[in-house]
Amino acid sequence: METNEMMSYDIVIVGGGPAGLAAAIAARKSGTERILILERDKELGGILNQCIHNGFGLHTFKEELTGPEYADRFIQQVYEMGIEYRLDTMVMDISADKVVTAMNRSDGMFRIRAGAVILAMGCRERPRGALNIPGYRPAGIYSAGTAQRLVNIEGYMPGREVVILGSGDIGLIMARRMTLEGATVKVVAELMPYSGGLKRNIVQCLDDFDIPLKLSHTVVDIEGKDRVKAVTIARVGKDMKPIPGTEERYTCDTLLLSTGLIPENELSAGCGVEMNPVTKGPFVNEIMETNIPGVFACGNVLHVHDLVDYVSEEAGKAGEAAARYVQSGCTEASRERAPIRLTATGGVRYTVPSTIHTDRMDDLLTVRFRVGAVYRQAYVSVYFDDERVQHQKKKIMAPGEMEQIILQKKKLLEKPDLHTITIKIEEDDASDAIKSSSDGKAISSANETSGAADGAAHRQTM
Amino acid sequence: MIQKRDLTCIGCPMGCQITVEFEGEEIKSVTGNNCKIGDRYARKEVIHPERTVTSTVAVTGGDKERCSVKTRGNIPKDMIFECMDEINRVCIPAPVKIGDVIIPDVCGTGIDVVATRNIHKV
Repeated sequence: METNEMMSYDIVIVGGGPAGLAAAIAARKSGTERILILERDKELGGILNQCIHNGFGLHTFKEELTGPEYADRFIQQVYEMGIEYRLDTMVMDISADKVVTAMNRSDGMFRIRAGAVILAMGCRERPRGALNIPGYRPAGIYSAGTAQRLVNIEGYMPGREVVILGSGDIGLIMARRMTLEGATVKVVAELMPYSGGLKRNIVQCLDDFDIPLKLSHTVVDIEGKDRVKAVTIARVGKDMKPIPGTEERYTCDTLLLSTGLIPENELSAGCGVEMNPVTKGPFVNEIMETNIPGVFACGNVLHVHDLVDYVSEEAGKAGEAAARYVQSGCTEASRERAPIRLTATGGVRYTVPSTIHTDRMDDLLTVRFRVGAVYRQAYVSVYFDDERVQHQKKKIMAPGEMEQIILQKKKLLEKPDLHTITIKIEEDDASDAIKSSSDGKAISSANETSGAADGAAHRQTM
Repeated sequence: MIQKRDLTCIGCPMGCQITVEFEGEEIKSVTGNNCKIGDRYARKEVIHPERTVTSTVAVTGGDKERCSVKTRGNIPKDMIFECMDEINRVCIPAPVKIGDVIIPDVCGTGIDVVATRNIHKV
């Protein structure tokens, strides 16, 4: 039913949040003119618009901004550069040959031929349906991000007496936000033996307001047929199953869920992008390119970030690479040397990127990763094939905080036969890491160091 | 008597573990921080803790219902709720620009509450 002639742009960016905006600006600065951002919301800025708390931009702007202010810095550049964007526009499909099908109310359905595509769709919250919480399905159960939107954008209070399941940053931020608006946050229950949020958010969102954080706890019952009346939580054992007899009942009218973010990759998968089962995002190389030449990914659609600054940085790289791709017609790396594989093992869950073509890499390449457990006084080690080349001690590493190592191009070029770079966590024999699999006691002690259990012990951000 | 307190820095997302030794209002030592922000935070936190408050105010005649705001600097931690009460009494007409002063000298702290969003008039 194609009525319009197909439009054509050098770069089409799917998503007008922090990643899409930074990618667009970088691509324009790299000399590509015809760029189009497609955004499904009614304004640019993405999730930052509802993240009204401060703490954004310390790396990028050397000052502490709120989410809307951080977004505005990028939005103003997009305006000044005259980069085109369409709001209220939903991308329906991206084909393997980079034809983007989208629709909105004014234009109907339309197709765009893209020289390059940048995937910047972000992520979404894990919903209740994915959690297997028993009990009824009354009103009053919200994902933390939904509650954040209601309070900060729409101006509604979702409830007065609140229990929060999950200690992801949005949950911690909302514990403080609801408290400031007059609600009582009775408890934050976290299934894992460590918080999923940033340490500073534990301090300034929970400790500051004497909100208890119960690690290794989960919700075992929700009471109320029309509206939530009470929530029962219980301690979980090593097997993550509730321990009978440890139940505690909290009367409340609201349950917020901050139980993880999942990259939104239906479009990516639809066009044949290879996905990493760990991050639920695409595999990318050193220029943020997926397995499909000319299709790039950045931001939370690639892997969920704690810090928007890193999103902007990564997205900038994707934007520059996409510009180079459309200007040269390809990103063909040298055929003389196969890409180097990055392997995550020994406590490292994944790496971004996952392959490196040395001829295309910058002098310094930041490799980001997450660990799978809480480690204290352990080492981040980098191996070039079997040779250990980096061994850096870290006071504490936790799954809630993204880690990074830096690779030097010249070091890689010194090893023309280098096949695999392995990143792993190594521990001294003396200091045992406290793993997520060990018992609850050991785990909460690990969190004391991270500030989680400091009396009544956040992570701000995305 | 010298007191010792362990803090988690909230100056940036690194969350450095800082130890402060102090006697009365005199800081004896700050260790564990990786930058000046941590030093400053730790010195204040044990004597006069401060926080930035962020919230929203109602808007009339704008393209949005709420305008997000922040205290342009830190206010004493024990005045957070007093500051919130004042913020919640405010309703402003559109248009609003980022940085516009919404409440000057909130609760006598010497700190202004400013807009953190642009609101267009409709």
